[in-house]
Amino acid sequence: MTKTVLTGVLGAAVLALGASTASAATLDDVKAKGFVQCGVSQGLPGFSNPDADGEWSGMDVDLCRGIAAAIFGDATAVKFTPLSAKERFTALQSGEVDVLSRNTTWTMSRDTQLGLNFAGVNYYDGQGFMIRTDMNINSALELSGASICTNTGTTTELNVADYFRANNMEYELVAFEKADEVVAAYDAGRCDVYTTDQSGLYAQRLKLTDPGAHKVLPEIISKEPLGPVVRQGDDQWFNIVKWVHFATLNAEELGVTMANVEEMKESDNPSIRRLLGTEGEFGSDIGLENDWAAKAIAAVGNYGEIFDRNVGPDTELAIGRGVNALWSQGGLQYAPPIR
Amino acid sequence: MAVTDMGRGVADAPPKVALLNNPKFRSWLFQILLGVAVAYLVYSGWVNMNANLQAAGVASGFGFLGENAGFSVAQSLIDYDQGTSSYGRVYVVGVLNTLIVAVVGIVFATVMGFLLGIARLSNNWIVSRLATSYVEFARNVPLLLQIFIWYFGVLRLLPQPRDSLDFGPLGLLNIRGYFAPKPVWGDGSAFVLYALIAGIVIAIGVSRWSYRRQMATGQRFPSLWVGLGAAVGLPLVVFLALGAPLTWDMPVLGGFRPSGGMTVIPEFIALLVALSTYTAAFIAEIVRAGILGVSKGQSEAAHALGLRQGQNLRLVVIPQALRIIIPPLTSQYLNLTKNSSLAVAIAYPELTSVFAGTALNQTGQAVEIISITMLTYLTFSLLTSAFMNWYNARVALVER
Ligand SMILES: N[C@@H](CCC(=O)N[C@@H](CS)C(=O)NCC(=O)O)C(=O)O
Repeated sequence: MTKTVLTGVLGAAVLALGASTASAATLDDVKAKGFVQCGVSQGLPGFSNPDADGEWSGMDVDLCRGIAAAIFGDATAVKFTPLSAKERFTALQSGEVDVLSRNTTWTMSRDTQLGLNFAGVNYYDGQGFMIRTDMNINSALELSGASICTNTGTTTELNVADYFRANNMEYELVAFEKADEVVAAYDAGRCDVYTTDQSGLYAQRLKLTDPGAHKVLPEIISKEPLGPVVRQGDDQWFNIVKWVHFATLNAEELGVTMANVEEMKESDNPSIRRLLGTEGEFGSDIGLENDWAAKAIAAVGNYGEIFDRNVGPDTELAIGRGVNALWSQGGLQYAPPIR
Repeated sequence: MAVTDMGRGVADAPPKVALLNNPKFRSWLFQILLGVAVAYLVYSGWVNMNANLQAAGVASGFGFLGENAGFSVAQSLIDYDQGTSSYGRVYVVGVLNTLIVAVVGIVFATVMGFLLGIARLSNNWIVSRLATSYVEFARNVPLLLQIFIWYFGVLRLLPQPRDSLDFGPLGLLNIRGYFAPKPVWGDGSAFVLYALIAGIVIAIGVSRWSYRRQMATGQRFPSLWVGLGAAVGLPLVVFLALGAPLTWDMPVLGGFRPSGGMTVIPEFIALLVALSTYTAAFIAEIVRAGILGVSKGQSEAAHALGLRQGQNLRLVVIPQALRIIIPPLTSQYLNLTKNSSLAVAIAYPELTSVFAGTALNQTGQAVEIISITMLTYLTFSLLTSAFMNWYNARVALVER
């Protein structure tokens, strides 16, 4: 909290005194310091979560590792900055991080008013509600009068306001800065309901004393396209982040995996050859080597592998592909071709 | 060399010094240069900031204050509607929430601090040891930790709404907060208020008159009791004469949480308790130092004059101790107010949390919002200091 204000003040100070930060070539900076500084959450299993040894994992983390691999050929050339929902944009604006990969919803105001750009959607989500099973509530429409715990500085607190107003329902919002405090307060019974992105509900449920005693209600009350964010005004860096994500999608579509990426370089399929840099000069246009995508895929795998490893059916979160399946499989994940 | 030259100049005619060597001119010149430099620095910072904000594509200006905020706030002393209220109103809500916890906290901390400070000086071994241990504990555990302990401790202790503790006419207590009966004033209640004001005016008048009379004649008058009688009795009589135009809106159990009445949220309770118990420990030390700072001879003289122990404390020791106590006490009040910003950790919607937090995040206008917030805290602090300085000047020793 003090840190938030500090970031705010720092941001203000940087803007007031610093030389223009936005136009600096982030890629040159990153190459010079030798690693990517990546803003992540303070612990959201499946997306960005540190283990007991401080080793980060998750879909958002893998995106940053993929970027590091594309630049340096080394997926460990990345440092993570845990940020609360409130701190995240200021941290990116002031240059504290190079890319924000922190279950952040792409909205118009964030895209147009903050001096930031969203570089894609690595997880299509929607906001849901979690409640104790023994409350015998089966629909969000039965929640009038409920106390609701959530995070400040999120789209979540705005959506819940819209939803309750539209349905003429009352509620009491208890908004914490840190997700751990939301979990603790909800667990202690301060609130009837915990609301956030549905993926977040499944992830945070694992942290409750008795996860089995809570259920997620069926209603999805919003669109939450989550994706990486960069500063506006540096198109090269924007392209790198965007295309690393697209490369993992194209790889899944073309059947390129972490395991077979080396042999696939010899494939006859021109799309695969362009993706992996055997054909064409796609890397140099974004300031990278030609095998940038091959290096990223070798490090973190294709989108399907990333999904399955972090949030898929075999993980604790057990989330199905659903709308996050490839377009060719009836989902929404679609990447422009590399050509 | 220079010295002798100047010496001669003074002795003979008015010296002919170059303007640049004229000390008066020089000091003015430097002041002006410094002023210009500071002004330029501020100006270029401002211009630079605007250019950078523009280049970064960040929205700026204060127009956002009129825009719809769209989020809800858990506690508001004024009307606040999540759908239609503006960011400007969020600011006011935040300021009021900060002020209420600060003012109530200051009152609690002062009362507790004075009692503890006196207890530390008690001749009773157990009392003074207990007070000492409390002070050492409260001063040495980080405040944020204490806030968490109180908050999650309080939450753990309180029952779920359906098992609310029922205090009958005093309302309900559960994990959603304290649900107190809410007074609903009926027709003519304004007269009760007028009577109260009149009663207070009378009380003040009586006390002044009796003080002057005692100074002049030495005769005493029970002004406290007469004053209290006027301030309490008058409105009471009017209230009863009007047929007691007051009903209570009682909280009732049902649904997710009790409805009706007034709610005091647990975040407020936890923060208030944490801030006041923490600050009370510091105040206790200040009070103890103040009392010890009054020389023992003063009490001995008072006793020799026949004053009882209570009178001695009230008339001799405390007035002198206050002079020592007030300046550091002011800093504690300022600290308490500023420490209230730690509330963001436990979801109490004060200024830092709702304005420098949520509103900043929703609008992204860090420069404007952080400036407004800093100015606000600065204003609180300056006002508190000004008031305490005024009070200090009043109680200061007047040499006769
Ligand atoms: N997607 C939403 C919500 C993001 C959010 O902050 N979610 C919380 C709850 S799932 C979270 O990430 N908590 C983890 C943390 O704060 O470290 C947004 O961008 O505003």
